[in-house]
Amino acid sequence: MNSVLGDKRAIALLLGPALLVYSLVMLLPMLWSLGYTFFTGGVLSGFSFTGLSNFTRLFSDPAVGPSLAFTVKYALLVTVGQVVAGYLLALLYHFFLKRASNIVRTFIFFPVVLPTVAVSLLFQKLFEFAPQNGLVNSALNLVGIPSVDWLGNPDTAFIVIVLMDIWRAMGFYGVLLYTGLLDIPDDVVEAARLDGANTLGLVRHIVLPLSLPVVISSAIFSINGTLKVFDSIYALTGGGPGTSTMPLTLYMYRTSFAGGDYGYGATVALLLTVLCLAVTVAIFRGNARTQQGADR
Amino acid sequence: MSRTRSTLRRSLTMVGAATVTITALAACSGGGGGGTAADEFTFLAINENTTIPTVLTSLSENECSAQNDALPLKINKQAQASLDQQLQLLGGQDALPSAFISANSPDLMKELSAAGKVADFAGTDVSDQILPVAASSLEGLYGDEEIVLPSELNIEGIWYNEQLLEDNGVEVPESWGDLTDSFATLSDAGVQPISAAGQGGDGWGVTRWVGAYIFRDLGPDAMRAVDEGDAKVTDDDYVAAADAVGELGAEGYFGPSPSSIDYATAMSTFLSGDAAYYYMGSWAVSNFNDDTQNKIGADNIGFLPFPEVDGGKGSADQTPANTGTGISFSASAFEDDRVKDWADCIAENYGTVALREASQISGFTVNDEVETSDLTQMVQEQIDATDQSIAWFEALMSPAATTASQSNGGPLGAGQLDGVGFMSAVQSSIGN
Repeated sequence: MNSVLGDKRAIALLLGPALLVYSLVMLLPMLWSLGYTFFTGGVLSGFSFTGLSNFTRLFSDPAVGPSLAFTVKYALLVTVGQVVAGYLLALLYHFFLKRASNIVRTFIFFPVVLPTVAVSLLFQKLFEFAPQNGLVNSALNLVGIPSVDWLGNPDTAFIVIVLMDIWRAMGFYGVLLYTGLLDIPDDVVEAARLDGANTLGLVRHIVLPLSLPVVISSAIFSINGTLKVFDSIYALTGGGPGTSTMPLTLYMYRTSFAGGDYGYGATVALLLTVLCLAVTVAIFRGNARTQQGADR
Repeated sequence: MSRTRSTLRRSLTMVGAATVTITALAACSGGGGGGTAADEFTFLAINENTTIPTVLTSLSENECSAQNDALPLKINKQAQASLDQQLQLLGGQDALPSAFISANSPDLMKELSAAGKVADFAGTDVSDQILPVAASSLEGLYGDEEIVLPSELNIEGIWYNEQLLEDNGVEVPESWGDLTDSFATLSDAGVQPISAAGQGGDGWGVTRWVGAYIFRDLGPDAMRAVDEGDAKVTDDDYVAAADAVGELGAEGYFGPSPSSIDYATAMSTFLSGDAAYYYMGSWAVSNFNDDTQNKIGADNIGFLPFPEVDGGKGSADQTPANTGTGISFSASAFEDDRVKDWADCIAENYGTVALREASQISGFTVNDEVETSDLTQMVQEQIDATDQSIAWFEALMSPAATTASQSNGGPLGAGQLDGVGFMSAVQSSIGN
């Protein structure tokens, strides 16, 4: 085996096909898309070189600011929500439900396997205001609160989107973080209990520090997903009312495919890529610093 | 010997690696597009328009059965809101269906035509079957090229529930002032004054009100001035129109939440007697004539041309008339004689069958006698009486500006967006 892996030609041969396929299906389209940012036009009218005009447009476009702000606000809130809800669920599974947690885990995990569009339609009906009240408004009316036009107002529509995406993914993060908690040695927990740690103290000083790596992994998973959110918002509000819940991804999609302007769409995509890259770098740096601190 | 074996092994490894690469690449590549000789007459319809598929299906079973035997009709449907996007993509890949519902944005049709993707009927037998009034309306939108067939010939205006007006002591309004007064009366009586769709791409249910107001206030050429760069929709005069509609929204006249209402729900709200007025094109007459949909009775529906605005340059005689949802053919498919036969047969018989099957007036000559309902006759009379037709708000806008306008229609109708906010969103997509 060593002789095979020591042979450079063998390595090239083994990696070659995968690398070639990866380059063709991942790197080439990315570079291609980067190239589009210097062009204007679409598949019908053809492309023409415009230099940096797409970038100047990006900075003066009144739709980009709100879209970017929405993306960041959504990503932060939903990531925190997903990880915190997931962590609370994991604690519930591990410390309270223990062996009985199987059935609860299955139920809470269920939305993860549902198609996003189905979940969006479900929430549309739950929060419906017109032409007839959905379940949520009916429940509010029962306790004397008037109906709320959940999806018709920017602020409440945002709340519904956030709730939906937390609900949809918390089962996944619950299971992911649960596996992290399983790795914590029982004797450490036992020793802390004998030393008189209460539940809150135990979680804060023992469980959380020991499960931090998996919490950070979950946060990276989550933020990368939420920055690129598309399907759930497209199906739930379509970016509306108006354009008040339009993330960058949806704006990019509309610009490229509905507006037929691939060059500018690619420029919006580049902005999103830079944002994802910045967030990932920030998280990894933060993580490295935390680990250095732990090692010391 | 050992050298031969090692060479053999090496070649086998190379072949193996190549096979893996090719297999992986083959797995990654998608299915190829159309474009080759078809064995079906494929038609791309939209969910929102049931008339065209009904008429085409009837044609395939009756008048065009010979054409259908040669090239069977196959109808696919999709949402109107994403039609333009679909056509752009299919056009770019040379994969347009044999025929399809023309793009929502005339601008896109012109782009498809410039790229040689759609058939031009000028000088063909198909062209001879188009009524002059429809031809002139199409010319206003598409210029000299005959790339859209007028499967509809519509007037637009405000339909009203006669019974609801009478029950609340409202006379049929004659001016914009009368109309808004009647909204207030109805609203005070607990009746929803207007039914309008405002959800996402269906927001034209509200923006039609803006457009109609602009044409009455600023005259029939107001949107052409914007198209030619002589005016901006953010100019005060234009913003005033959006404000007038936004005020209706702020009063709640469009119902509790127009942003949540789609086309079908708006239609059913009016036809269930839950709203008094409904701005719509006469293509909806086929729904009005359908007893299963219409609970208020066809003879209970009246038509009111959009009223004049005080001091406005436009008049109520200028009727928004258009060829509504049209049909276009793919240029490459039209080279096939069997597709040409289909086009000829459609042009010759569509007028008759549309009236017979769906009470739909089209822009084709009607070559047989057909008995029509009172509503259909009334629409026909209105069309005949139209001296000057005007288009709709987004008719001359690009797909991007059309999307911006329609997706902001709901918030305008809900009173969440004022005239400046709405027009700024549209203007930033118009861009000039």
